[in-house]
Amino acid sequence: MTRFNAFSLLKNALSGNKNWTEQWPEVEPKSSYDVIIVGAGGHGLGAAYYLAKEHGITNVAVIDKGWLGGGNTGRNTTIIRSNYLYDESARLYDHAVDLWEDLSQDLNYNVMYSRRGVLMLAHNVHDVQSFKRHIHANRLNGVDNRWLTPEECKEYCPPLSISKNARYPVMGGALQERAGTARHDAVAWGYARGAAMRGVDIIQNCPVTAIRRNADGSVAGVETAKGFIKANKVGVSAAGHTSVVMQTADVRLPLESYPLQALVSEPVKPIFPCVVMSNAVHAYISQSDKGELVIGSGTDQYTSYSQRGGLPLIEHTVAAITEIFPIFNRMRMLRKWGGIVDVTPDRSAIISKTPVDGLYVNCGWGTGGFKATPGSAHTFAWTIAKNEPHPINAPFTMERFRTGRLIDEAAAAAVAH
Amino acid sequence: MSLYRVAGKGRVTTAKPVSFSFDGRTYKGLEGDTVASALLANGVHLMGRSFKYHRPRGPVAAGSEEPNALIGTRRGPGRFEPNTRATVQEIWDGLQVTSQNKYPSLKFDIGAVNDAAYMLFSAGFYYKTFMWPKSFWHKVYEPFIRAAAGLGVSPTEEDPDTYASRNMHCDLLIVGAGPTGLAAARAAAMDGLKVVVVDENPEAGGSLLSEPQVQINGQSAWDWLSGELDALQELGVKVMTRTTAIGYYHQNMIGLCEKVTDHLAVLPEDTPRERMWRVRAKQVVLAQGALEKPLVFNGNDRPGVMLAGSAQTYLNRYGVLVGKQPVILTSHDSAWHAAFDLHDAGAKVQAIVDTRDSVNEALQKEARDRGIPVKLSHTATGTSGRLRVKSLRVNPVSGATVGAGYNIACDAVLMSGGWTPSLHLFSHTKGSLAWDDDRTTFLPKETPEDCVIAGASRGLWGVAAALMDGAEKGRAVVAALGKKANVQDYSVEVDRAGSGVSHKELPTDQNPGKAKAFIDFQNDVTAKDVRLAVREGMRSIEHVKRYTTTGMATDQGKMSNINGLNIAADALGKKQPEVGLTTFRPPYTPTTFGAFAGYHRGDHFEVVRKTQIDSWAEENGAVFEPVGQWRRAWYFPKSGEDMDAAVRRECAATRASVGIFDASTLGKIEVVGPDAVEFMNRMYTNPWTKLAPGRCRYGLLLGDDGYIRDDGVIGRLSQDRFHVTTTTGGAARVLNMMEDYLQTEWPELNVWLTSTSEQWSTIALNGPNAAKLLQPLVDGVELTEEAFPHMSCIECTVAGLPARLFRVSFTGEIGFEVNVPAPYGRQLWEALWDAGQQYDITAYGTETMHVLRAEKGYIIVGQDTDGTVTPYDAGMGWAVGKKKPDFVGMRGLARPDLVAEGRKHLVGLLTEDHSKLEEGAQIVFDKNQPIPMTMVGHVTSSYDVGTTGRPIALALVEGGHDKVGDTVYIPMPDRTIAAKITDTVFYDPENNRLKIGSGV
Repeated sequence: MTRFNAFSLLKNALSGNKNWTEQWPEVEPKSSYDVIIVGAGGHGLGAAYYLAKEHGITNVAVIDKGWLGGGNTGRNTTIIRSNYLYDESARLYDHAVDLWEDLSQDLNYNVMYSRRGVLMLAHNVHDVQSFKRHIHANRLNGVDNRWLTPEECKEYCPPLSISKNARYPVMGGALQERAGTARHDAVAWGYARGAAMRGVDIIQNCPVTAIRRNADGSVAGVETAKGFIKANKVGVSAAGHTSVVMQTADVRLPLESYPLQALVSEPVKPIFPCVVMSNAVHAYISQSDKGELVIGSGTDQYTSYSQRGGLPLIEHTVAAITEIFPIFNRMRMLRKWGGIVDVTPDRSAIISKTPVDGLYVNCGWGTGGFKATPGSAHTFAWTIAKNEPHPINAPFTMERFRTGRLIDEAAAAAVAH
Repeated sequence: MSLYRVAGKGRVTTAKPVSFSFDGRTYKGLEGDTVASALLANGVHLMGRSFKYHRPRGPVAAGSEEPNALIGTRRGPGRFEPNTRATVQEIWDGLQVTSQNKYPSLKFDIGAVNDAAYMLFSAGFYYKTFMWPKSFWHKVYEPFIRAAAGLGVSPTEEDPDTYASRNMHCDLLIVGAGPTGLAAARAAAMDGLKVVVVDENPEAGGSLLSEPQVQINGQSAWDWLSGELDALQELGVKVMTRTTAIGYYHQNMIGLCEKVTDHLAVLPEDTPRERMWRVRAKQVVLAQGALEKPLVFNGNDRPGVMLAGSAQTYLNRYGVLVGKQPVILTSHDSAWHAAFDLHDAGAKVQAIVDTRDSVNEALQKEARDRGIPVKLSHTATGTSGRLRVKSLRVNPVSGATVGAGYNIACDAVLMSGGWTPSLHLFSHTKGSLAWDDDRTTFLPKETPEDCVIAGASRGLWGVAAALMDGAEKGRAVVAALGKKANVQDYSVEVDRAGSGVSHKELPTDQNPGKAKAFIDFQNDVTAKDVRLAVREGMRSIEHVKRYTTTGMATDQGKMSNINGLNIAADALGKKQPEVGLTTFRPPYTPTTFGAFAGYHRGDHFEVVRKTQIDSWAEENGAVFEPVGQWRRAWYFPKSGEDMDAAVRRECAATRASVGIFDASTLGKIEVVGPDAVEFMNRMYTNPWTKLAPGRCRYGLLLGDDGYIRDDGVIGRLSQDRFHVTTTTGGAARVLNMMEDYLQTEWPELNVWLTSTSEQWSTIALNGPNAAKLLQPLVDGVELTEEAFPHMSCIECTVAGLPARLFRVSFTGEIGFEVNVPAPYGRQLWEALWDAGQQYDITAYGTETMHVLRAEKGYIIVGQDTDGTVTPYDAGMGWAVGKKKPDFVGMRGLARPDLVAEGRKHLVGLLTEDHSKLEEGAQIVFDKNQPIPMTMVGHVTSSYDVGTTGRPIALALVEGGHDKVGDTVYIPMPDRTIAAKITDTVFYDPENNRLKIGSGV
């Protein structure tokens, strides 16, 4: 595979771009692998990449029912931040941000990690208390996050209205400058290419229909549309469908699936320098490098597997955005879409061994999975390779719902991830 | 008359000239013109620059699918919008239009340097570079890329216009007012059905507006159209123009966006700019027609290269010749008619170049009769002309061999690659599609919605077929509605239904790797980009789309999707359906944010809930705070007082004599029925069986995880009736939770739940003089310790009003809460206020309420608890009924971690230096540890304006209940504060002050 750099770009341009090769080859599954990852999203592909790169395990297949990166990896609003309240979350997401910072160089694929800062707006006394709690906790955890006055918020993000007459006036904000965005598709493609370069097979359009177990209960492999594939270790990283796949191994997961909608505007010249989130009015916004305003809304009220999403929620989200940024009222929505997010009772993820020997699971990312991608993939690979969790993902067990040792960020702050 | 305007053609009003400006220069058009048709009438094709290569571009289409001619439109201050389609924007006197994405000018744009280096900027190039040195991405490359990207500029002022939202229900909604839609409407418009037809264009008629030659039932198309619209109006059909069906949602809900004022020179008063209709239709007919496909060949994007059907539209609808020496390039019969129409209007058609080797003889004869040269079996391999096409290079093709090329001089190239059914709304329904090899396109298959698709949008070409199919589908949906349909026959003459073939990029004799053969004009995606993407392993159309950005421009692939798919399929050696089609997403065309927001702006963004006493608070100078949707009086400053001073005064006055507080926002739920007590036993942690009617109890509500969710005082009014109060923010949530359990877990319980939050005005009186103040106003109970002790409730009259009176206290003083029917709230307040004057009654707000309760250690759910706090953590184990068989959260509460040692407990904190702690500040045991520190809790509440003489705080601290008296540390950015752990009650721990007549 060609290494990407300015020289290879120029050389190939001069030869009519004829000599670029596949970023990942199309392969038929082998009959057996050391590890099978179910789900070719950012988390699954990343896990395969780190298994190969850091643990020397290259006899790995990543299997997906559709196209790689076709699920939530390619549908989210690409926000990356780590200013979480609890130590467990702060460490996991900060680990991810550490990896994000070098990811383009590590993968030799420009994932366009853009440290443009994430500003979370406080609109009432409760928000202020909650954000200050985050800022104090982040400071003592060594995580970047600081308080801005309304005027400082406006200076950081000029389109913001800090009118005192707003329905929910801005009372301040929490800013994480290290946070930002990345190009979501490039993350999937970069990991896929990096994994494939190290010998990982990526098998697309091949639904896994069941996980097969040995007589002793341990994992034997997976049944797929292309037949049975043997593996002693199977990692399931299939977002909303994780519970369906895991059910076939008799492992029940505490997941509920909700539609989550997002939208983009028509592209315009740079107007919006950072990411802004507002939980009080339920919206978040940034501007892509292409110039589109990228806007996320909250989850629908009811569980569903529909990727359509309703009009009322979008009306509310757009109203929220134009309330905080009145200058965008005449902008136009170009496209909106829905994804399905898998949510645990405490809104935190599961990266864990399971009661089944050789079966590992990575799920429950809710609305916040993209930002965690490298950290999640990295620790999931560790968990699979060593058959024990990395210290960073050790708290994110399945067991915690039985013991009550929850990591309840949402309850703590009513904050969307 | 403008240079390219044809007398006697079009539907524009020659008698009504309109002037507008484009890039500062004034142009004249006619009423009925779009910006594009008016500029074309003036011979202007150059209207924009493309996204990546900044290539000069003119309109390629005449409708909402236009990708190139995007402009900024302005109507004075605040009324500017970028990226408007020049082909859609109607002109009006004074309209200001500017071109976009160019510097310094549209004709000379420095950005066009990208075009010269186009081989470097191939698909996905940015994934392969800009990575060194690392810091350059954020500081250099990204800002540069961002500045180069984007199209127009964002508005920068607040929008002075208003937007409306309306709901509509109808029996039948028809999308598209072309021949198909009109025929469907005519079939359905009897038997009392409510039928609505919508069309995005300023007038109904669809393709008939561009095809005046058609004869329907013996009339010319336009005469028939006008008669038909009159007839439909007679029959009660509502025809809405300038109205786009933007999205198709669940259960036949369709969003319509109606443009109300964008075409008017003078804005009418009190009229919204746009109106969003949310339509619930029993049946839907989709009759959106078809879109013409461009041909993909080198140089197919020059200004002057345009769809043949669009050229026909400019001529027949607007009376504009897009060129005087056009050349036709086509693979479909329909473009031949464009040639004939333009010829007949005075253009000298240079040639009809058809890629096919055989074409209908009748068409060839018509061309010969007009003296138009015909070239079959030809391909196109290039164009020339910098800002406007000057020639088309064509080559004969024999089998796989492309012969020598030659140039045909021209001033326009009118191309047609055939037609694509418009399946966008159908696709929104998650309708399935089937590939049709003959037509080389997807056709609709099945949809889960009550919807049929008719006419050209299911691949039927020609006016006759459209009318027949529209009528048939109209009759079918009427039958589905159980009504009688109108049966109408149509005879159609001079119909031009044709056929054609579909291509990938056209064959060429030159290096295809260097061709600028565009698929997605706006995003500058060429055939070679798609082939490169496939070469690099992008095998699904979703990957190709995302890697090349084809189909992601503001036309959302209307122009490009099928061409992109054909080329990707060819590159992969697969059939198109194996490569797939990307999902169409709402909205159908880009839709103004303001239209979605509708009335939800400013004060109406979310309703402001106000209590009946709010007006009194406002008149008396209250400062308000938002609490959920409510606004509540925060404090009542007297002149010269800041918040601290006001709160300090309010606290002291309440403790000294009596304070009055508006508690109306408290959630209230009436729990009634024979099983009410059983229901309460199961919902709340506390036992309720032994609570006597006339008594109250503090109730604690957990989630099933065992953590505190809500609390409130609950009065038992009779055996079967509870008056439940909840927190202000929790009212709806608690009712939902109760209903959820009642309906899904305990349907056997005979209980009714009613939200009564807004039925009662609630006023709290607190202070040593509260009983004295209230007694003379109360009829029905003696306010003595014996007759009406603390935690009693009764139905009585207060100030002559029917009331529910509670003796409860959230301050530690003697306290009452008087509930009266909501409308009497202010009347009661004023009665109490007047009666209280002799006691120097003081009105207080939420802040004083917070301080006084904190001094007593009363928690606020959501502030002192955060969804991870058990009753035991909060020191309220006493509220948990130990002998109860079950309650919500009981099992959650028994989980190992919830009963483990070292949980965080709610405690009091007193700082050693008497400084005030910051709420949210983190607590550590070891102040000397390095970062990351081990945090053991945080400050939940903190005040220094109360009556205890020093700042107090509540905090959650690990193992706190066992550490009373210990010192903990609060590391702040500038210093570390030491504080002692105390009990949570800072004031009157013996509760002496709660007793009437205690003498305090």
